[in-house]
Amino acid sequence: MTGAFWSMGGYARYVWPCFGFAGAVLCWNLWSARAHLAAARIRAVRAMSMEAGENV
Amino acid sequence: MWTWFYKLASPPYVYGVAAALTPWFFALAGLAIAYGTVAGLVFAPPDYQQGDAFRIIYVHAPAAWLSLFAYTTMAVAGGIGLIWRIKMGHAVAAATAPIGASFTLLALVTGSLWGRPMWGTYWAWDPRLTSELILLFLYVGVMSLRPAFEEPARGDRAAALLSIVGVVNVPIIHFSVVWWNSLHQGATVAKIGKSDMPASMLMPLLSMLLGFMLFYGAVLCIRVRGEVLNRERQATWVREAVKS
Repeated sequence: MTGAFWSMGGYARYVWPCFGFAGAVLCWNLWSARAHLAAARIRAVRAMSMEAGENV
Repeated sequence: MWTWFYKLASPPYVYGVAAALTPWFFALAGLAIAYGTVAGLVFAPPDYQQGDAFRIIYVHAPAAWLSLFAYTTMAVAGGIGLIWRIKMGHAVAAATAPIGASFTLLALVTGSLWGRPMWGTYWAWDPRLTSELILLFLYVGVMSLRPAFEEPARGDRAAALLSIVGVVNVPIIHFSVVWWNSLHQGATVAKIGKSDMPASMLMPLLSMLLGFMLFYGAVLCIRVRGEVLNRERQATWVREAVKS
């Protein structure tokens, strides 16, 4: 039963890479969006501290 | 209506709404994708012609649909930025592009892997495949054009123009299987309308479609927040937003 499931009726080498690549694309989207937001936060903090430094 | 529309132009409002929506979108997307994956891989019966290879539809069709939806969103948001000079329109357009491009690549790769056992080839210069590849090039073009200008506002306008011109490709992709002879099967949604698919196959597909849309919404919210911070980093409200 488990073997039949993993073999996907002989199409395992097409089906599993599709689901694997889909998972990778979802993970990449999540990671890159969070990295984009984190970088924007750092730039905003840097801009604030530079502005504060100029005001001292 | 116009009050609501102009409220959307306010960066702090957009930032706050995006932050509030993100966890809901992720939770619902997780549920929908988990159900769709398990039901599609385990409980849906094999197709009478394609066997288990048809299960690729559960990632291919939602990715292809999302590639068109994201492009249309990008063009509409760019148009809003261009016509009404609403900066948030450009922010949404910029945030959408990499997500749409990644799902277009997913649609092309999964389509190619599905094509090999069904058509005997990974790639054919078929109208549907070719127009989807052009969509990927359009995404890459829009993403490359925006930072190519020294003045960000000019980059936004150029990217919006290109995305609006390129939106003509969206109906071409959708109707390519009707207008020209194609190896590709007809529209999956039309087939659903005719109830060609039994519920045991259809429900996981609809669930994956919903899950991918919600996931897109969640990732878009995070990217929009990043875009807003990049564009508004000198604004006073950003201090509070970054501290929290």
